[in-house]
Amino acid sequence: MNEALLELDGLKVYFPVKGGVLLRARAENKAVDGVSIRIEKGETLGLVGESGCGKSTLGKAVVRLLEPTAGKVRFDGRDISHISRRQMKPIRRDVQMIFQDPAESLNSRHTVGSLIGEAFEIHGIGEPDWRKRRVVELLEQVGLPAAAADKFPFEFSGGQRQRIGIARAIALEPKLVVCDEPVSALDVSIQSQILNLLLDLQEQMGLSYLFIAHDLAVVKHISDRIAIMYLGQLMEVGGADEVYAHPKHPYTRALIAAIPEPDPSRRHRAKEVLEGDVPSPINPPSGCVFHTRCPSAARRCETDKPLLRDVIASDRVAHQVACHFDLQAGQRESVR
Amino acid sequence: MSRGGSLLRVENLVTAFDTEAGEVRAVDGVSFSVGRGETLGIVGESGCGKTVTALSIVRLLPRPAASILGGSVIFEDEDLAAAPIDRLHAIRGDRISMIFQEPMTALNPVHRIGRQIMESLRLHRNLADTEALQLTIEMLDKVGIPSPEVRVSEYPHQLSGGMRQRVMIAMALICDPTLIIADEPTTALDVTIQAQILELLQKMQDDSGTSIIMITHDLGVIAETCDNVVVMYAGRVAEQGSVEDIFNSPRHPYTKGLLASIPRLTTPRKSRLTTIEGMVPALTDMPDGCRFNNRCPHADEHCATVYPEIDDAGDGHLVACHKWQRLEHAS
Repeated sequence: MNEALLELDGLKVYFPVKGGVLLRARAENKAVDGVSIRIEKGETLGLVGESGCGKSTLGKAVVRLLEPTAGKVRFDGRDISHISRRQMKPIRRDVQMIFQDPAESLNSRHTVGSLIGEAFEIHGIGEPDWRKRRVVELLEQVGLPAAAADKFPFEFSGGQRQRIGIARAIALEPKLVVCDEPVSALDVSIQSQILNLLLDLQEQMGLSYLFIAHDLAVVKHISDRIAIMYLGQLMEVGGADEVYAHPKHPYTRALIAAIPEPDPSRRHRAKEVLEGDVPSPINPPSGCVFHTRCPSAARRCETDKPLLRDVIASDRVAHQVACHFDLQAGQRESVR
Repeated sequence: MSRGGSLLRVENLVTAFDTEAGEVRAVDGVSFSVGRGETLGIVGESGCGKTVTALSIVRLLPRPAASILGGSVIFEDEDLAAAPIDRLHAIRGDRISMIFQEPMTALNPVHRIGRQIMESLRLHRNLADTEALQLTIEMLDKVGIPSPEVRVSEYPHQLSGGMRQRVMIAMALICDPTLIIADEPTTALDVTIQAQILELLQKMQDDSGTSIIMITHDLGVIAETCDNVVVMYAGRVAEQGSVEDIFNSPRHPYTKGLLASIPRLTTPRKSRLTTIEGMVPALTDMPDGCRFNNRCPHADEHCATVYPEIDDAGDGHLVACHKWQRLEHAS
């Protein structure tokens, strides 16, 4: 096994739900509920799930914008789960984040040059002249003209703003970049430009990505491995092609079947449309959290929580699934 | 191009906004028609004019900033673009209804959902309250809302996003319209909920024979739901034809570029995706000639000066490109 850059061990992030006259915590929102996974150096792990599944919360816990309720976050061999802000500062050089909406994450009162150069100031790197040159290099690296340094974020389109966000994230030459829905706000023709850029940067800089998105086709394209998340827990983890081609968990299958394919001849394929809505993470279902919507749930699923277990994968990448049952490949459309 | 005769014919529609930078044509000479029982998709990226086209049909444009400068919107033999606004009041919600992207902003948060659905029955059908309520509950049941007799007196915030979109669909269908305009109806929803809503729309269309204009940026949704497709770029129609024409033999370089840039099941992982370089020009700064010329890999001087006329590539497959025939021979 290669060296792990990031290891999550039983990570839990709960938010108190306050109510009543005294606003005392009445319940807990179990946004991330016991996730263990690792990212190797130079690897892209895709994290997929629907809104409210806890994928963004997980991303924020990794960069320590949130403190874990329980469990461990180990980065480069060091436990960073509960270290102080000051202790975290040098580690932030190595762990960066790209957000969904660059319009909101870029301060509109600063020039692009100072937004990107800010990181050097905070970490006391280089002289002013060097910083300026480096900013220009970074702009060119993400495909923007040097003149962009003197402009303001609002002078750019969505795709260009995302490039600025990426330039900021790679300024300190990090090891891990957490990308939280980096292309979902962009138009199709711009989306592919940004995906290509992320792939190029990974090759040039040896970056690892935690790529969080709801669009499985995009995630499959950019990732080495994929993790499927539902209600704060991992349902399936495996090699990207393998998970896509031979999904083992009923939720993964439903998710893949639900994606509208840009191919009219596939329109009449058998579709497994999941019934109902995602339950609330404040009061998640007992047993397997997916049993309320699972087309093949049995009585056991209501009481026993399935743990991630290894299954046989054709691509020799570890493939794990949290389901009591083995669904055969041929059953894919017929399981009910 | 359409089954069972045309229901709506939009001809040479021009809609402009009055801005500080002068008159800006968000829709500039768009024509298409929708047959009875047909689903027409309008696809394009942000700012291509697809939503303004839809709003122009029902004259819901922001006033006084926007106005229809030319063209006609013939709906059931009546020109809506020239009709007095009272006619539109009578038609909207009755013969033509709309489904919007974000039901939370389209629904009124302080009224119970039942009351909001019944509103169009009261306006257009002059029914007694008990009768209207009965129809509303039946409609909620039809769109798959569990225990509709309870839900009918709930407020929008008490429902999930998928349920709210079902309420919007119930509202749109309650007067049995002949045309539904759905503007990004599933964009705000998760994929599993999107699949539910698309299935529901399909079922409703099968039952009632309603025509649908499906406006979306998602080529997957188009491929899954539409009979015919209009591809818009920068306020104009780039290409239109049957869904098979557009997806299996696209002729316009823009359509080709769009289709090539989406990652699919079969795209090799981590390979470089095809891109369309540059970005959509601002409406205030449109290039001369073909509006796609500054991003088109095949553009020449002619493209940069003369706007291409719409050309029929056969069987109603229309292309607005000077060079589509030459490109066809080259490939």
